[in-house]
Amino acid sequence: MSPAGGNYINQSHGPLFLQNGRVIDPLNNMDRQADVLIVDGRIAQFVEPGGKIETPAGCERIDLAGKWLLPGLIDMHVHLREPGQEYKETIESGARAAAAGGFTAVACMPNTFPVNDSQGVTALIMAKAAGVACRVYPVGSISSGARGEELADFGEMKRAGVVAISDDGLPVSNGQLFRRALEYSANHGLLVISHSEEVSLSRGGAMNEGETSIRLGLPGIPNVAESISVYRDLALAKYTGQPVHIAHVSTVEAVELIRRAKAMGCKVSAETAPHYFTLTESDVGDYNTNAKMNPPLRSEADRQAIIAGLADGTIDVIATDHAPHSRLEKELEFDQAANGIIGLETSLPLTMELVRQGLLSAAGMVELMSVNPARILGVEGGDLGIGRRADLTVVDPQKVFIYREETIVSKSKNSPFIDRELTGKAVLTIMGGVITHREL
Amino acid sequence: METGHFFNHKHLTSLADLSVEDFELVLLTARSFKEISSRSIKKVPTLRGRTVINLFFEPSTRTRLSFEIAAKRMSADTFNISASSSSAAKGETLVDTALNLQAMNPDMVIIRHSSSGAANLLKRHLQTSVINAGDGTHEHPSQGLLDMMTVIEHKGDLTGLKIAIIGDIAHSRVAHSDIIGFTRMGATVSVSGPATMVPLEVESLGAKVCLDPRDAVADADVVMALRIQRERLLDPLIPSLREYAAFFGVNESLLRLARPDALIMHPGPINRGVEIDPAIVDGPRSVILDQVTNGVAVRMALLYLLMGGE
Ligand SMILES: [Zn+2]
Repeated sequence: MSPAGGNYINQSHGPLFLQNGRVIDPLNNMDRQADVLIVDGRIAQFVEPGGKIETPAGCERIDLAGKWLLPGLIDMHVHLREPGQEYKETIESGARAAAAGGFTAVACMPNTFPVNDSQGVTALIMAKAAGVACRVYPVGSISSGARGEELADFGEMKRAGVVAISDDGLPVSNGQLFRRALEYSANHGLLVISHSEEVSLSRGGAMNEGETSIRLGLPGIPNVAESISVYRDLALAKYTGQPVHIAHVSTVEAVELIRRAKAMGCKVSAETAPHYFTLTESDVGDYNTNAKMNPPLRSEADRQAIIAGLADGTIDVIATDHAPHSRLEKELEFDQAANGIIGLETSLPLTMELVRQGLLSAAGMVELMSVNPARILGVEGGDLGIGRRADLTVVDPQKVFIYREETIVSKSKNSPFIDRELTGKAVLTIMGGVITHREL
Repeated sequence: METGHFFNHKHLTSLADLSVEDFELVLLTARSFKEISSRSIKKVPTLRGRTVINLFFEPSTRTRLSFEIAAKRMSADTFNISASSSSAAKGETLVDTALNLQAMNPDMVIIRHSSSGAANLLKRHLQTSVINAGDGTHEHPSQGLLDMMTVIEHKGDLTGLKIAIIGDIAHSRVAHSDIIGFTRMGATVSVSGPATMVPLEVESLGAKVCLDPRDAVADADVVMALRIQRERLLDPLIPSLREYAAFFGVNESLLRLARPDALIMHPGPINRGVEIDPAIVDGPRSVILDQVTNGVAVRMALLYLLMGGE
């Protein structure tokens, strides 16, 4: 288990020699057995199996036989709730949950209290993130207060540390404002991340619209509430020539629109979350509020389309939309419960499920969870080249475990996967040569 | 009871949870209890010493009174709680409210709430029996049962009957329970109304969707009109009540298509002149007041079976 309270921060940057692992580094076309030497927090040397090497004094050797050694996983869509809702999660606790799930970096959305719409809030987040168990890249808001009325100060936020901008949690309903955000983001090289939702079609909805919503008597959110908005975003990205990243894609229609936009040369990237390729609306079951999120769990046809989109590269990224909520927000009538579930500690095993089923290759998983998020956000990572920062995730692909509520590292426990048997787990997480999570 | 079937339920939140044998037992029990209400001394000691709480988060005169009379005729002690349904507004969650009630050891909590699934939430947290007295746009199981009882009284059996329900099917908890109950007992249910209120997904509950109310009503043994709620104008689901009445109101010309002996039903309260012509409400085929009478008998049966009275 990971050390409690962030002991890892005090560990030395001593050299590490990781032996006998299967190194999977698609960016460098590498997938083979090799030993890796880490010195001064960077990747120093690869040694072929059986090869000789003089390890430096004080070097710790760790045997990774049967394990996969990957570039550190990056989750580009999390909600860390700080500032403002520290009873749900803090930057510190969220980072520990990330490390436990195999992540070496996360990008945190700006819908905090106050909203991260200024350099002051960004600076506060950056200060809180110093020394925690993973790298934290703040996302600033597109509009002041995420009210959807006027642009936030992109440049100042960028200088303070944001890597992207988004009003996530809410769509930017005003098309003109979204167009201006795309245009102005070019000056600062900031990625615009869109929570695409046509609110006039989704307002009041509590779950996917269909037979299950009729049976449960819950107001529905139709697929078109997503796809209409995705189409607008793609059209504006094409018109302005700017890149756009579509968050949490959940519908067959949105996957198809993004596929066609990419074929037309549009600079679009997209993410989905593990729950959209694992669960469907039927998992709402008997009004389970831990299966309530926005966008909602969709139909089996949508789930299949998401998997196909991951397999053919239409969807670039698996991100969790980690959204901690306490019992106060979840132990309620379904229509009154908050949207969102935690995901950092289940994302890797749920994705490994697709790998085991042959729907994704191991290298494909690494692209979706490390290489592509690093490239799209423009941050270092997803790369095990010599001299690169030693952000590494070691996975035991065979490890079978039951995800128990009492073992959840995140402060909040709102997961539909509690008590589910999972296979494949991060057993060692290393950030810049420092071990942030270890269970081997 | 004499069916030899054991009612193996502690709660009633949805008619989908009941088997054909369960339905038969509830309806048979209700029929035998109905006689009690016609005595001069309308009280039996069956549930003496039992405590029943009516926890009503929505205003309701009729259903609450019906449950209260049912409990009192069985000699149970009843208590009524009216509360605001927004957790935020009252500063206490539904689960907390219910746990506080449970601490006073009631035998039954009957809940009416504007949120679908509120009774399901209670039953997960309470040891006490829970009856759903109407939750949001989900179900109203006791209303479904009293409708079934009323039709059986006049038609003898549900098998092979054609039931037509006209109105806002998607948002009607009564329609949902009726469709589940009637179809499980061998009747067919045709529904009609503005397409905004009758999505095709309703067929997954077991009903046949008809765009034209005349198709739904043709040769029907039972025609039921549902109350149109004025707030549905805002969605907007319909243009106006006048237009609704003109095209979907149950009137004489529509009823001519039904069987001559068709029963007219309405779960109440009625918007006379909107979803149903006033003359029909008061006409010879109307069994609307029988529904109310049977409501008490069905609720007596539910209290008895769910609390396991001697
Ligand atoms: Zn979002």
